Amino acid sequence: MSAIPLTPHVSDERPWHLPYRGRIGMYCLIIGESAIFTIFVVAYIFYIGKSLYGPTPQQVLEVPIFNSICLLSSSLTIWLAERNLEHRKMNLFALWWGLTIVLGMIFLVGTGLEWYKLIYKDGLTISTNLFGTTFYSLVGLHATHVIFGLCGLSLVLIFTLTGKVKEEHAPKIEVLALYWHFVDAIWVVVFTVVYIIGR
Amino acid sequence: MADRTLPIHGALDLTPPREREGTILDTLHDWVVTVDHKKLGIMYMILAIFFMLVAGAEAICIRIQLALPDNHFLSPQVFNRFFTMHGTTMVFLTGIPLIFGFANYMVPLQIGARDMAFPRLNAFSFWVTLFGGLLLYYSFLGGSGLYGMGNAPDVTWWAYAPLTARAFSPGHATDYWALALIVTGIGTLGAAVNVIATVISMRCKGMTLMRMPLFTWLMLVDSGLLLVTITPLTAAQVMLVIDRYLGGHFFDTQAGGSALVWMHFFWIFGHPEVYVLVFPAFAIASEVIPVFSRKAIFGYPAMVAASVGIAFVSLGVWAHHMFTVGMTSVSNTFFVLSTMLVGIPTGIKIFNWLATMWGGKIRFQVPMLFCTAFLFQFLAAGLTGIMLSVAPWDWQLHGSYFVIAHFHYILVGAIVFNTFAGIYYWFPKATGRMMNQTLGKWHFWLFLIGFHVTFDTMHFVGFEGMPRWIYTYPADRGWSHLNLVISMGGIIQGIAVLIFAYNLLSSLFVGKIAGNDPWDAWTLEWSTSSPPPDYNFATDPVVGSRRPLWDLKHPEDPDWKYEA
Repeated sequence: MSAIPLTPHVSDERPWHLPYRGRIGMYCLIIGESAIFTIFVVAYIFYIGKSLYGPTPQQVLEVPIFNSICLLSSSLTIWLAERNLEHRKMNLFALWWGLTIVLGMIFLVGTGLEWYKLIYKDGLTISTNLFGTTFYSLVGLHATHVIFGLCGLSLVLIFTLTGKVKEEHAPKIEVLALYWHFVDAIWVVVFTVVYIIGR
Repeated sequence: MADRTLPIHGALDLTPPREREGTILDTLHDWVVTVDHKKLGIMYMILAIFFMLVAGAEAICIRIQLALPDNHFLSPQVFNRFFTMHGTTMVFLTGIPLIFGFANYMVPLQIGARDMAFPRLNAFSFWVTLFGGLLLYYSFLGGSGLYGMGNAPDVTWWAYAPLTARAFSPGHATDYWALALIVTGIGTLGAAVNVIATVISMRCKGMTLMRMPLFTWLMLVDSGLLLVTITPLTAAQVMLVIDRYLGGHFFDTQAGGSALVWMHFFWIFGHPEVYVLVFPAFAIASEVIPVFSRKAIFGYPAMVAASVGIAFVSLGVWAHHMFTVGMTSVSNTFFVLSTMLVGIPTGIKIFNWLATMWGGKIRFQVPMLFCTAFLFQFLAAGLTGIMLSVAPWDWQLHGSYFVIAHFHYILVGAIVFNTFAGIYYWFPKATGRMMNQTLGKWHFWLFLIGFHVTFDTMHFVGFEGMPRWIYTYPADRGWSHLNLVISMGGIIQGIAVLIFAYNLLSSLFVGKIAGNDPWDAWTLEWSTSSPPPDYNFATDPVVGSRRPLWDLKHPEDPDWKYEA
């Protein structure tokens, strides 16, 4: 690319590197999303023990250990997938990427089962008491992010299986993986607040 | 003028542009499907000016109602709807679109980029913002739901709980309000992400961070602040919608919820938002004042540091809106001190602008007139701000017209004034024609007089104890004369804005041809043609200082010798 040197002394060919815009955009989105989660987490912590009537978290909540292990390990599998993409091992990439999706799905199904038990067995809905309101909105907000993430991951998997994903797409796929890491990291916060502090 | 060097040799494709073909529908189609930052910037500006006229008309109605005691121009219900809609519209549909109107058009040009980082996200953000605005105003027709007559939100622009609970605000007016703010919030977030990614990743060669024009710097800081400002509002609105539609209890005091939590959540958004809105005014002043004083900006690094400092401090001052709630004295003290702290970086900025003018060869053309008035008014607004930051003083005047006078001094005296300055300054770049200077001076002087008649007087009516939100008052309170004066000032401002609107439209067709660099300015946007071609720069520019065009026009005494 030819250039117009507006000032002669900078026209020497020093390298000019700027960060990838997709990565910057995702970091910005993560900062914004973190603020949303902060508000919901603060509301949850503020309202712990303020429900006027039951059921209380101690009575109905069970710690979703298996679920959490699945979601957190999906961060590892997506990292392995990225490594394989960089080394152009497309089959291994698809394998690890698919496994990430499966782990995410297991998490979602686990959340669904938990909610089913809470709603039908324990009679806790979003309008039952303050605990219900804050619990479903915070965990639901996180689950919504998992669903969005899974939609994105599945699109990439479809394109991989049809052979459209190439090594040069790695930066874009890394941006998506960044979002997935964020969803996992947020779960650590939500888990701590809901199942450890709040229970 | 050093026009002979411009446009920069080789910066423009000199083949004559193809004649525009097609019908009005084709042109319209062009604008609707566009992802070009310049067109989107203009559309943001049109959106903002349109809603400014709408909300301004609402303000005029409010002032007519309050001009005389025991007046019945507006019913109490309509009065409540009008001041709610006035505030909501001015903040979300005028103030924020103005930021992105200027940022969209100017940031890529100033940093020598082809377009924004994410052009399609840019278009999406604009249309979502527009849709949110339509949703808000549709409430006038659809807001009542099953309850009969149409109505608009009437819960004030901060919508304190529990007034927003279903029991106290039946119908759908409040839902339109909440949903509209969620929708425009998404647009705002998208646009803010876009500006940041553009500034970080799209700068032309040599445009290091410390060589960026201050306008771009402020837009970067502003967008960063928006990222953590608009999102808490979205979260709080989601909670409100959960309360209203799903029977949640976030702000339901009868089920253990807390109305105070809403206040905190709202002002965690609401106070930084004021700084978000005023940053474009700083940005415009930082471009206009140096160019019309014929001097480089004084204390560039201090200006950058002060901007970042204001952004950080502004995140820790929100509860000064809540002194009358009855917080602990520790919290009161904290928020008094943090609020006063804002005065330091803002003071630095004012002194730097003054020092830029000091000894300069000032040209009082219309943009500079507005910026000069801005300096005085912003100072006065800052001083009343310091007064209100003192908690006992605030206890006395909270909820009075003194507070209204204070924040309108910022919102009108700083933001609207500099918005006009920015429009007069960049209109030639965006359209290729100058705005009429005579009409511009009429606009300026009338608006200045109207502004001071209205808002100076408002301080005094506040001292005399007139509360906000009242739709009328009895004649024996002694507020009648002052209120009449305030309303007349409002009418004068209205006339000035109509002159501006006429000037804007007529200059579009009959304005003097501007040329590429009518103000003899120094930033990159003036190196392209007016209006700039779709591709902005035929070849990527390379810059070596903060004022690349100065270097070009004055090769014997370039800036980069002093900056390195």
